[in-house]
Amino acid sequence: MTAPAIELKGISKAFGPVQANKDISIRVMPGTIHGIIGENGAGKSTLMSILYGFYKADAGEIFINGKKTVIPDSQAAIAAGIGMVFQHFKLVENFTVLENVVLGAEEGAMLMPSLRKARKELTELAKEYGLKIDPDARIDEIGVGMQQRVEILKALYRQADILILDEPTGVLTPAEADQLFRILDRLREEGKTIILITHKLREIMDITDTVSVMRRGEMTATVKTSETSPAELAELMVGRKVLLRVDKTAANPGKPVLEVEGLRVVDSQGVERLRGIDLTVRAGEILGIAGVAGNGQSELLEVLGGYRTATGTVRVNGEEIDLTGKHSDGRSRRARGIAHVPEDRQSEGLIMDFMAWENAVFGYHHDPAMQSGLLMNNAAIKADTAGKMERFDVRPPNPRLQAKSFSGGNQQKIVLAREIERNPDLLLVGQPTRGVDIGAIEFIHQQIVRLRDAGKAILLVSVELDEIMSLSDRIAVMFDGRVMGERLPGETDEKELGLLMAGVTETAA
Amino acid sequence: MSKMPAWADAVLVPLISIFLAAILSALVILFIGEDPIAALNLMVDGALGSTYGWGYTLYYATNFLFTGLAFSVAFHAAQFNIGAEGQAMLGGLGVAIVCIVIPWPHWSLALIFALVGAAAFGAFWAAIPAYLQATRGSHIVITTIMFNFIAAALLNYLLVNVMRPEGSMDPATGKFPEATHLPTLHDILGVFGIPFSKAAPANISLLIGLIACVLVYLLIWRTRLGYEIRAFGKSESAARYAGISPVKITVVAMMISGGLAGMMAINNVMGEAERLVMNATEGAGFIGIAVALMGRNHPLGVLLAAILFGFLYQGGAELALWASIPRELIVVIQALVILFTGALDNMVRMPLERLFGAVRREG
Repeated sequence: MTAPAIELKGISKAFGPVQANKDISIRVMPGTIHGIIGENGAGKSTLMSILYGFYKADAGEIFINGKKTVIPDSQAAIAAGIGMVFQHFKLVENFTVLENVVLGAEEGAMLMPSLRKARKELTELAKEYGLKIDPDARIDEIGVGMQQRVEILKALYRQADILILDEPTGVLTPAEADQLFRILDRLREEGKTIILITHKLREIMDITDTVSVMRRGEMTATVKTSETSPAELAELMVGRKVLLRVDKTAANPGKPVLEVEGLRVVDSQGVERLRGIDLTVRAGEILGIAGVAGNGQSELLEVLGGYRTATGTVRVNGEEIDLTGKHSDGRSRRARGIAHVPEDRQSEGLIMDFMAWENAVFGYHHDPAMQSGLLMNNAAIKADTAGKMERFDVRPPNPRLQAKSFSGGNQQKIVLAREIERNPDLLLVGQPTRGVDIGAIEFIHQQIVRLRDAGKAILLVSVELDEIMSLSDRIAVMFDGRVMGERLPGETDEKELGLLMAGVTETAA
Repeated sequence: MSKMPAWADAVLVPLISIFLAAILSALVILFIGEDPIAALNLMVDGALGSTYGWGYTLYYATNFLFTGLAFSVAFHAAQFNIGAEGQAMLGGLGVAIVCIVIPWPHWSLALIFALVGAAAFGAFWAAIPAYLQATRGSHIVITTIMFNFIAAALLNYLLVNVMRPEGSMDPATGKFPEATHLPTLHDILGVFGIPFSKAAPANISLLIGLIACVLVYLLIWRTRLGYEIRAFGKSESAARYAGISPVKITVVAMMISGGLAGMMAINNVMGEAERLVMNATEGAGFIGIAVALMGRNHPLGVLLAAILFGFLYQGGAELALWASIPRELIVVIQALVILFTGALDNMVRMPLERLFGAVRREG
């Protein structure tokens, strides 16, 4: 019997009072793809950081190909044949592909021999694994998918037999993700061992051979992928039964609430971010905006939320709103019945150092109901917050805790409670479930649908295609500052949306 | 991360810092061949041993109280106001104009208008760097420092060429009219039959400073404006999202800050000197930074830190007078206190946090 490529025995790691990894054992056989799945903070990244030498485990042993190995730093990990592809790439933007691959693995004082050798090897690797790439292209000129390919090549160039990929598809279009999976497939055929860390169940089901589930620092199960189901994995991750599909009835759209015509945004660098957007959102419907991050969705939300100037026309309930003048701020927008759950709750939606009750009136602190004379009525705000926390199941339900001490999901619930309970005519929602645990996702989706059913208009922006598909009543796809097309979720599929997201128009497709 | 209780954060950390600074100071005094215990006795006796000493300690503390509050208000909006010195100088100008130009019937009226004049001049002096920061991105640390020099030059010019009484060789205004002289602590406490040194300069400005503490507390933690200032200071991007105007908050917070710094002038110009002299602020604007940092930018902390620095100032002056310890050494001691309470804060905080974490796990 062959020895496992990687075997971890009884790994434990604590950060202060937090037990990030608790007695974790895992065996990964060579030539397989092993998925590690778990919610944010379950300890996946800590475990991989131990394997890659970033952290030292408090207890436990690591065996590589059956041999006990100590990995004090990443140099040792590379020497042991482990390569890591991080979620956020570690590439020098103004270097070429070739230079990035060689960086840190130069041989000798002169650069040219290393580069020559690397060029030859890259061509071989490209042939062997189907990793085609132009070695002389600069990193900032190639797409995200290609950049990831460079990261993989870097690891292979360093003779890695074991590849760890941390949330590799977070930044990719569906088509790019498919390409990545084809590459991983090929690598597996060539005998490489791959560990795939993700929180997306679909990826696990698509590509892995075995899957380990982590929950609160513990390894709750390791199963053969062919013998499990997404529902079972979700349950193992969360510890209870989870509804994976959003439960909603057909929409009943009313009059238009938001009408956008010819919206254009030029940023401070003079780059046109929005190139003439036309959109309509009606009462009682959810318009989902699909697209790869950075194609103008954020700018659209910022314009509608009142903190970016633009040209064009925006009407809310038939009345035009100010896009450049002194009424183009968040306060004026809120007065018009627009609520906004921003894409980045940590830098926009919440003030992390403020307590929950201070955050629960953020943006609405001018409300006369929250004042007593010249001062703010802190007692009333706290009481109001306690109610919100209870209704939105924020845990722990303590208004006096700072926002930063809540988990991502509970932080998002605080923002959502604040915006939804204002009973807005239009709700702007950006990335409602980014960095949110599966259990909270279900709840957040229910709240958004409930607001729709109450006859409100909702504009949803998300890079998660699954979320767009399951929540939206209509889908608009954005690419490069334009709306590429609108589809109904029942009449389209991921492939078609993926093409639109990549900028391929209907006529070409 | 393990956190320690609030009382330890607010009380224990500064106390230990001061203790460490005191030990180092003692070593320095030993090193130059003097007796640290005797020196400490001399300082305590000189600053707190008599109502005369207290009168000076509280007088200095009042200066630091205003500049400390000034720094902390700006700090809550994430603005580093290094310009309290210049703003206080301009405040002095405001006070002088109010006191000299208008014939006041009673000191109380004069005080109210002097306060307005001082605050207005200080606020104006802070508003320019604030506006430049908010609209043009000119760094407020640089501009406020430059404005200190401009203020000094401006006062120099005005005192020499404009405000100097005819025939005087002294670059200062003439004595303010009798009716503008503020009651000292001697006068105030005398009403209640409490004896207090007649010579000490502490005056009614101390009470104004205490009222300012309460008002700053209410402003920062209880009003919408304070809420917006703190929100903006913690996260500019979030403030933008909420519809809080960065320009407005920067300028308003800095004007309040400059106004508070300017108000210091009722203590040193109107209360003590009773005329405007060159360099009347004597560095109190800079001490205010240390006072605010040590006081955690909270009015109560600022008050306590201001009294501590008042003690150091007065005790240091006594030390220079009666012992063969050079006056510069007192600057060393003050610097050590600032170093430990401000810059080396984490050196004390981190071990304490670990200690509390360990104790909690045991229990």
